[in-house]
Amino acid sequence: MLAVAFGVSFVTFFLMYLAPGEPAEMIAITRYGAENLTAEQVAVIRLAEGLDQPVYLQFGRWLGHVLQGDLGVSLISGEPVLTEILARFPATLQLAVAAMAVSLLIALPAGVIAALKQHSAVDYFTMTGALLGVSMPNFWLGLLLMLLFAVNLGWFPVSGYGGWRNIVLPAITLGTGIAAVTARLTRSSMLEVLAQDYMLTARAKGLGEGRIIAGHALKNALIPVVTMVGLQFGHLLEGAVVVETVFAWPGVGKLLVDAIFARDYALLQGCVLIFAGCFVLVNLVVDLIYVWLDPRIRYEKGG
Amino acid sequence: MHTETGNKAVVGGLIVVLLLAGVAVSAPLLAPGDPGRQNLVLNLIKPCWEYPFGTDELGRCIFSRVVYGTRVSLTIGVVVTAISGLIGVFTGLIAGYFGGLLDEILMRTVDVLLAFPGLVLALVLAGLLGPGLPNVILALALVGWMGYARVVRGAVMAVKVKEFVAGVRALGAGDWYILVRHILPNVLAPVIVMATLGIGHVILNAAALSFLGLGVQPPTPEWGAMLNGGRSYLRTAPHLTVFPGLAIMVTVLGFNFLGDGLRDVLDPRSQAKIPD
Amino acid sequence: MSLLQIRNLCTTFYTPGGLVRAVDGVSLDLVMGKTTGLIGETGCGKSVLGHSILRLLPANARIEGSIRFKGEELLCLPETKLRRLRGREMAFIPQSPATSLNPVLTIGRQLVETIRLHKRVSRQKAREAAAALLELLDLPAPEKRLAEYPHQLSGGMRQRVLAAMGVVGNPSLLIADEPTKGLDAIVRRQMAAVLRRLTAKTGAALLLITHDLRVVAGLCDDVAVMYAGEIIESGPARVVLTDPRHPYTRGLLGSLPAHGLKPIPGVSPSLIDLPAGCRFFHRCPDASPACGEVWPSLVKQPDRQVRCLLFAQGRESGKGVYGRDLQAAVV
Repeated sequence: MLAVAFGVSFVTFFLMYLAPGEPAEMIAITRYGAENLTAEQVAVIRLAEGLDQPVYLQFGRWLGHVLQGDLGVSLISGEPVLTEILARFPATLQLAVAAMAVSLLIALPAGVIAALKQHSAVDYFTMTGALLGVSMPNFWLGLLLMLLFAVNLGWFPVSGYGGWRNIVLPAITLGTGIAAVTARLTRSSMLEVLAQDYMLTARAKGLGEGRIIAGHALKNALIPVVTMVGLQFGHLLEGAVVVETVFAWPGVGKLLVDAIFARDYALLQGCVLIFAGCFVLVNLVVDLIYVWLDPRIRYEKGG
Repeated sequence: MHTETGNKAVVGGLIVVLLLAGVAVSAPLLAPGDPGRQNLVLNLIKPCWEYPFGTDELGRCIFSRVVYGTRVSLTIGVVVTAISGLIGVFTGLIAGYFGGLLDEILMRTVDVLLAFPGLVLALVLAGLLGPGLPNVILALALVGWMGYARVVRGAVMAVKVKEFVAGVRALGAGDWYILVRHILPNVLAPVIVMATLGIGHVILNAAALSFLGLGVQPPTPEWGAMLNGGRSYLRTAPHLTVFPGLAIMVTVLGFNFLGDGLRDVLDPRSQAKIPD
Repeated sequence: MSLLQIRNLCTTFYTPGGLVRAVDGVSLDLVMGKTTGLIGETGCGKSVLGHSILRLLPANARIEGSIRFKGEELLCLPETKLRRLRGREMAFIPQSPATSLNPVLTIGRQLVETIRLHKRVSRQKAREAAAALLELLDLPAPEKRLAEYPHQLSGGMRQRVLAAMGVVGNPSLLIADEPTKGLDAIVRRQMAAVLRRLTAKTGAALLLITHDLRVVAGLCDDVAVMYAGEIIESGPARVVLTDPRHPYTRGLLGSLPAHGLKPIPGVSPSLIDLPAGCRFFHRCPDASPACGEVWPSLVKQPDRQVRCLLFAQGRESGKGVYGRDLQAAVV
């Protein structure tokens, strides 16, 4: 866990060295523009940012700052990077939670019903829908939804941030792609559980179909789904970058894209670090839920 | 799922993929016009006989651009998948086979890289390397190989303890001989499935990069870039948005069908369970 | 009076490979207070027969014939009514204890649920009853077991939990599907004792599905031998086991360790593509050419029923040297 965290910061730091050109020069270009750039300006920056020191020292110093919550200062706005990110973070979190809710609301019932009615029309319809969902680019879906529900029908605002109406289209856009994957997994997981011997035991007891599904099948079937939902959080963050751009949603994803275009390296590093940090954190939480759901693992770990 | 449905999916997916490959190869024959030719007088016209998908803001024929876009997307999909597949399979093979410190280092690297959401990393890489086709390919390949490495490593570890490997070794075969001739063929099935689905995924991500303006740049006819260009005209000329997106979806759908079908065929699970 | 009357039962599965005739024209009677053993090799259809009685079959199965329980036709009963019979009137102890308990629910939860399904009692009362039941089945530290998950119990303990779950509703018919499969000799004997005690206490009819002849010899009053979906010999256990008539039954007894562990050569026919004549023809040491063409019907004899041409039309010659040898060996 710590090793991964260290590795993540290592990669984040050295990402910047992939850009062609010397870092000090790049920063100078960002600050003063490429036209009236002087060698002195570059030299000043090199000295001020410690870019004349050996790379490992720079990394050590950077890591030290990061551990204290200092992600540096945005080259564009001059604000601390952490402040900028924290200001944008609630918007991304709202979108992520709403999208996850949308996806689970669609995927869990659809997957369970498809499994219960395997080979029925409902099953084929759901699975075709799921395949379409994973194949559809979310930026395209976003534009289509925008076209239909915002431009033509006028039910929701085209873009922007504010009331609950604003979040509907972005959340659906982001949620449906993820729902497709979850629905497929829920279905196959449910099918596998339904074929287990303990389902026969439950039926032989005289339990009703509803109680068998809710009390015996669902908890087993959800174990792999929970793991998957954690992994999908990564897709959610990826998607957030695109969807936030489409709907002008002022989140961290939009901030990242803006930082890339502005070549704001400190902000860029900060965003990447936050994204990776969230992803790692969510997976940790998922591991905990998983352990709680599956007693077999709980006791292995508990000893 | 059924092996039969698997077969149907394979055939369906294969037809779509082969058709697209055909379109890519014979783009100059199929496209009614030059994808780059501008005609500012005839801009933003709706789909009609002469321009089946209409024209864009610069009066370029969208149908021709979509047809030529097939080349770009398929190239990116195949090349990126080939590169990341090769890196991943090689890494997985040596990590799984030799184990020990090497395995530890390689798999830690994979863990670290997988801690970044793939598209985010690709976005940053593409942004830092600068736009353009080679950089897009490089960025996507660098973030796409870890999955293959993990799967291959797992499969290798399962295969290498089997008797036949010990038998071959007892006959005096070297490590590399065993790896390439005996272990690789045994782990290939999941890699083929992953790669097929991977092509679709890569095409999707490449389009996303271009859509955000960090991938293939205009005037190259790339579907994602076309969508980005069409965004501003969503109100007045939605056909700019509809057709390139449809092309992306159909392409990805074809590869997904093929990959899903292959998975079902290569890993058939018995379906009817009869108690004994 | 027979509690359960099975007449000409056929259970067929629709599979991609074709129609599987898992149970093909079986008739069987179960009587209160008596234990009937259903024996046969893996895949002969004996478990499917057990599942058919409770209609616990997958969607691709079709049941035909007649199953009457206390005079009521089960095959015509709506699912909701049938469900009320399951667990209460007719209980089922499933095979493979390793996978037949829900892995994510505690033993207590699974037992309490079953008890409360059949009796209107409080959760607390049900828990006490569950503990008492486990104690009755010689499960050590029952209170502790209730809080545990299936994977924390040994195979024998799990099997006893399943047995307990089967009998909480005081059923008049108990179907035990391979209750001793995969258990070691000591646990197997314990399990047999548990079953004997349960039936003695409740007076229920027990259908014991097994391939273990020793369990049949120890527990059963009657026995029916199944082969490729059909009953090929049935009668009182003592009679059939000491004086087997059908060549297959003789083969089964001959494969016991006490009789020199002679396995029956060959494999049973595919249930999709059944031969025209006797289904045991290809493996039968006493087969005549006619056996390959004529399908033998179940012939009533004074002490049993046999499905073999050797015993049809009053031909008794087949008993021969073979039977006498075995008789000597069993006794």
